[in-house]
Amino acid sequence: MAVDRRAVRRLIATKEMLIVCGSGGTGKTTVAAAIGVGAASTVPGRTLVLTVDPARRLATALGIADTGAGIVQVPAERLQVDGQPPRGELFVGMLDTQAGWDELINRHAPDTVSATQILGNPLYRNITRRFVHSHDYLAMEQLHELHATGAYDLVIIDTPPSRNALDLLDAPRRMREFFGGRLLKWLTVPYRSRLFSAATQPFYTVADRVLGSRFLRDIADFFILFQRMEKGFVRRAVEVEQLLHDDRTAFLVVSTLDPAPVHEARFLVAELARRGMPIGAVVANRVLPQIIRGRVANNAARQMTALDAGVVADLAAAADIHASDVAAVLTAAGGVFPDLAVLADRESERQRELASLDAPLVTLALLDGDVTDLDALRRLSSALVAETDSG
Amino acid sequence: MVEIGSLLDRRLLFVTGKGGVGKTTVAAALGELAARRGLRVLVCEMDAKGALAAAFDGRELRFEPSEVRPNLFAMTMSTEDSLREYLRLFVRIPLVGRIGPLARTFDFVADAAPGVKEILAIGKVCYEVRERHYDIVIVDAEATGHIVAQVGAPAAIRDLVQVGLVRDQTAWMIEMLHDAATTGAVITTTAEEMPVVETIELVDTLRSATGVDVAALVANRLLPNRLTGRDEDVLATLTAQPARRAVSEAIGDPALVVLDAVAHAQQRAAVGARHLLRLQTEIDDVAIALVPEMFARSGGPRVVGLVADALAEEGL
Repeated sequence: MAVDRRAVRRLIATKEMLIVCGSGGTGKTTVAAAIGVGAASTVPGRTLVLTVDPARRLATALGIADTGAGIVQVPAERLQVDGQPPRGELFVGMLDTQAGWDELINRHAPDTVSATQILGNPLYRNITRRFVHSHDYLAMEQLHELHATGAYDLVIIDTPPSRNALDLLDAPRRMREFFGGRLLKWLTVPYRSRLFSAATQPFYTVADRVLGSRFLRDIADFFILFQRMEKGFVRRAVEVEQLLHDDRTAFLVVSTLDPAPVHEARFLVAELARRGMPIGAVVANRVLPQIIRGRVANNAARQMTALDAGVVADLAAAADIHASDVAAVLTAAGGVFPDLAVLADRESERQRELASLDAPLVTLALLDGDVTDLDALRRLSSALVAETDSG
Repeated sequence: MVEIGSLLDRRLLFVTGKGGVGKTTVAAALGELAARRGLRVLVCEMDAKGALAAAFDGRELRFEPSEVRPNLFAMTMSTEDSLREYLRLFVRIPLVGRIGPLARTFDFVADAAPGVKEILAIGKVCYEVRERHYDIVIVDAEATGHIVAQVGAPAAIRDLVQVGLVRDQTAWMIEMLHDAATTGAVITTTAEEMPVVETIELVDTLRSATGVDVAALVANRLLPNRLTGRDEDVLATLTAQPARRAVSEAIGDPALVVLDAVAHAQQRAAVGARHLLRLQTEIDDVAIALVPEMFARSGGPRVVGLVADALAEEGL
C-alpha cells in the first residue's frame, strides 16, 4: 500500500492496543513514545506507553527518570502545545521481566507455599530468563493484564528486542504447548520410571549422559512445582493468544530503510498476515527527504561545481560574503551531494519495497539530532499523527 | 591511543554490537583482511539470518563450512547440527545414528535448560579453535543483548550442572575464552546515541560478568565532515534569507535542495562526532577503528572489501 499519513491517527482513534515491533535499532521505543505523546495530545482518554529499557535521556524527556518498574503519569504541562493543554492523559511504564514473572507465579500458584517454593528455587531465575522466550511472553502477558484492568483506553507496547520477531507472536502458543508437551511430562514423571524408560528410549540415555542426571533432576524438581500452575497458565496463554488476533489490537512494524530491518519488516508483515494478526501500519523511520533523489537536484549539484564567476559575484553581493568563500562552499556542496544522493536512492528502493507490502506505510523524516527530548518527540509525534498531507 | 595492530593475532574474535550497526559486514571484513594476510579463516554467523551469505557471494551458508574465497571459510550456526557433531565426536555410542528425530526433542530440552543452546553454539567455535582447523575463527556473534549470555554460557553451565559430559568440557572452554591472547570481543557501533550507550555498557558488562577481553571497537559508517567551520558558516548564510532567494534566482530551487541536504548531512556528522567523542572519552583503554560510510548502493562483497581496506588503513 502507498504512503498513508493518516494511518497512525486512525489507529490511535480506533484501537485499544498497539504492538510496536520490528528489528533492533530501528527506533521502536522512540516511535512508541511519540505515538503515545500524539495520542495524549489529540485524543481524550488515558494512554499508556509500556516500554523496555528506554534510552535514559528519552526517559528523562518523558519525565520518568527514577520510577523503576512502576507506571507514572507524564505531567500535563509537558504535553502542552502552544499553551494548549493535551486532550488526554499519558502514562509511561517500564517492562520488568523478572518482576513480571514473580507476579505471574504469585497469581497462578495454588497456594502461598507453592509460590514460595518456586520463587526460592535456584533454577527459577535462570529458567524464567530463558525458557520459552520468556521476555516475549511477558511482554504479551503484561499487555493483556493492563488492558484487562480497563484503566487505560489505549495501551502501546514497545516490544523487547527479539532475535526473531516470530518468537513474540508465537510466545503464548509455545507457553500453552509447553504445558502439554512431552518434555514437561518426561521431566516430571517420577525418577524411577524415568530410569525404566531410559532403558527403552535412547534419547534419555543421551540426555542423561550429556547433561548429567543430577541437573535433569534439578530441572525436574522445578518443573514439578511449576506444573501445579498449569491450569492458570494455560488459560492465561489462551487469552493472550486471542488478544493478538483481536480487532481492538493492531501491530505496527517499525523499520529504517537499511537492508536488514527492511528484510525483517517484510518477513514480519507476511507472517502477521499468515497468522491472521491485524497489521495497523508499517512505519519507515529516519527517511531522508525525498527531494534529494531527483535527477534535477543532481544536475544542480553538478552545475554548482562550475559556476559562472558573474553568478557567484551576484550571490556574494546578495549574501554579503566574500565571492571566493561562496565559490568554495558551492563547489564543496556540489561535490559532496552525489554521495548523499546515493544514500537517498538506496533508501528510495527500500521504501518502494515497504510500500509494496499489504499495509499502510507511514514515513518519518530523519531528524537533525537524536530524539532525546520532548520537543523532538513532539515533532515526531506530529509527523505521525498528522491530519493533513503537509509537513 | 591503544594499538590495534595485533587484533588478527588472536585466534577467536566475537564481533558484536547493537542490531543494525553493520556487525556482519565488520565480521566479514575482518575475515577478508585476515585471509588477505594469508591466514586460514573461519567466519561463523550465529543467528542464521543469512546476512553473512549476502556479505560474501550470496550462496547459502550451512553448518558445514564452505570456502567463499581462497583461505576464507564461512558457516552458519545450527545448534541441532552442533549437537549431532558433538554426540558423534564425544559420546561415541551407537545410537547416535538414530538421533535424527531425537535431536528435535533435545532442542526442546535445550530450550528449557538454561545455557544449553548457548553452549552448543559456543562449544562448536571453541572446538574449531582448539583443534587448530583454522588460524583464526571470527564469530558474527549475537547482538549486545545476547552476547553476554553466549560467551558466559560455559561458566553458567559450570555453576548449574554438577556432573556430566557437558560440565567436564566447560573448563577448557572457560580457559580459552578468558585468555586475552587467544580470545577477544570486537564491538561494532555507529556514531549514534543508542549504539554508543550500549557499547559503553557492554564493555563494562563483558569485563565484569564474563572475563572476555574487549579487543577493539569499530566505529562504523562514519559520515565524513568535508566542510570547514568557515564553510559551514557560509553554508548557513546561503541557506537563510536573503541569500536563499538569491540562490534560487541565480541557480534555481534545486540548488537549495543541494545546499539543504549538505547542511543536514553536516549537522548529522557533527552530532555523530559528539557521540564518537563520548565513546573515545569513556572507553579510553580500547583501540577504536574508524570506518567511514561507504556510500555504496547496497551491502555485499564490494562493501566488505572497502571496509576491510578501511580497517587495514586503521593499522589492523
